[in-house]
Amino acid sequence: MEFMQQQFEQLFGVEWGAMLFTLATNMTFIFTIIVPLLLGVAYLTFAERKIIAYMQIRVGPNRVTFFGIPWLRGWGQPIADAVKALMKEIVIPTGANKFLFILAPILTIMPALAAWAVVPFSAEMVLADINAGLLYILAMTSMGIYGVIIAGWASNSKYAFLGAMRSAAQVVSYELAMGFALVCVLMMSQSLNLGDIVNGQQGGSMLHWYLIPLFPMFLVYFISGVAETNRAPFDVAEGESEIVAGFHVDYSGMAFTVFFLAEYANMILVATLTALMFLGGWLPPLDIAPLNMIPGFIWLLLKIAFLLFFFLWFRATFPRYRYDQIMRLGWKVFIPITLVWIVVLGLVMQLPQTVREGFPLNLWF
Amino acid sequence: MLENYFPILLFLVVGFLVGAGCMIGGWLMAPNRPDKEKLSPYECGFEAFEDARMKFDVRYYLVAILFILFDLEIAFLFPWAIVLDEIGLFGFVAMMIFLGILIVGFIYEWVRGALEWD
Repeated sequence: MEFMQQQFEQLFGVEWGAMLFTLATNMTFIFTIIVPLLLGVAYLTFAERKIIAYMQIRVGPNRVTFFGIPWLRGWGQPIADAVKALMKEIVIPTGANKFLFILAPILTIMPALAAWAVVPFSAEMVLADINAGLLYILAMTSMGIYGVIIAGWASNSKYAFLGAMRSAAQVVSYELAMGFALVCVLMMSQSLNLGDIVNGQQGGSMLHWYLIPLFPMFLVYFISGVAETNRAPFDVAEGESEIVAGFHVDYSGMAFTVFFLAEYANMILVATLTALMFLGGWLPPLDIAPLNMIPGFIWLLLKIAFLLFFFLWFRATFPRYRYDQIMRLGWKVFIPITLVWIVVLGLVMQLPQTVREGFPLNLWF
Repeated sequence: MLENYFPILLFLVVGFLVGAGCMIGGWLMAPNRPDKEKLSPYECGFEAFEDARMKFDVRYYLVAILFILFDLEIAFLFPWAIVLDEIGLFGFVAMMIFLGILIVGFIYEWVRGALEWD
């Protein structure tokens, strides 16, 4: 690193060299996040089709090979899908506002990717170690809704407009439940920095993860995450049987694919945040010899994969909620539960420090 | 302190470029052969009979207003939650009074049926 920095300073002068060096290192880091993320998104669609297929006792995509290797049958499917989407015409309907119509997918994917800037992948692997990390993520996930509303309005189609309204109302409602659940996590961790939140869950075993004292908040957060990404069983915004595909009904080709990418990137983001805040992030479940030899990064990936499996499982299992049921669940069930839990947790926090440290499972026993 | 935010700015730019790059890639690679029927808005095969920028249900307004109120509440709860250990019982009681006032508002909404969707 030092050597590289000196090279830069020799080439461009001391001041410019240092600036260009930070730019280059940051860009490298950003690409090592974005490229695996986009590959992960592509293969999440493949995993979704495969896993739901096996749950329905069929095989799923198993024809498209990779470099003709016979035992990778099916693994070329996401790549083939991407190439196909690239070759499809982008239809811009008459009456649509062209500029906003094209801007909307970009506005959706930009925050979905940018939220990853503050996600720590292990104790040292974090791009921007800012103190307002969680607040930043909350802001970015709220930004995504602009793309949806603009897309629904710009298409000049009634289905798209209705889908956008539904989607916006649903996302903001569940955002509240999510925010209140986060307040409970913050009361435990006393920090907004995601790295500090994971470090606060250290203590030798999974009994110290926030999952255990905050179990109802874990459920509220994860289910709100499913609703916030408009995934089944909360996918009324795109309910095929009533408003065909919701806000992106008039999108085609690559413009549609960008919305699709953003949705799956958001799914991975919600799973990652749940793993970081409730499942101990990169910490092993037991701090003993064979388990803590495995790098923390691997543990985090395993937890994310485990939570993503739930997203797919929900989709294969539950029938779709009705819209009024969704809004009732958000406003009349989740928000009261979280409010009560904040008060209870605040009362427990008033106990002396020594009493609280004696009981890591403070709220249950 | 502030230089920690530089990678975030860079990430926002890269995120925008990924989106824009996909759109430009699609525009370059894909055919572009519009005709009148293809460009008509989709209404399950029928002709669109009025403009889509129509009136919508007032309940969406209501949800938006309630969201603004409760999001502000979250904005007040965040700093309180972080320093709760230091401000102790006094801080806790003060926030409970604030929450109590908001919960009275929430109960009022509930009883007046602002949260009903049928």
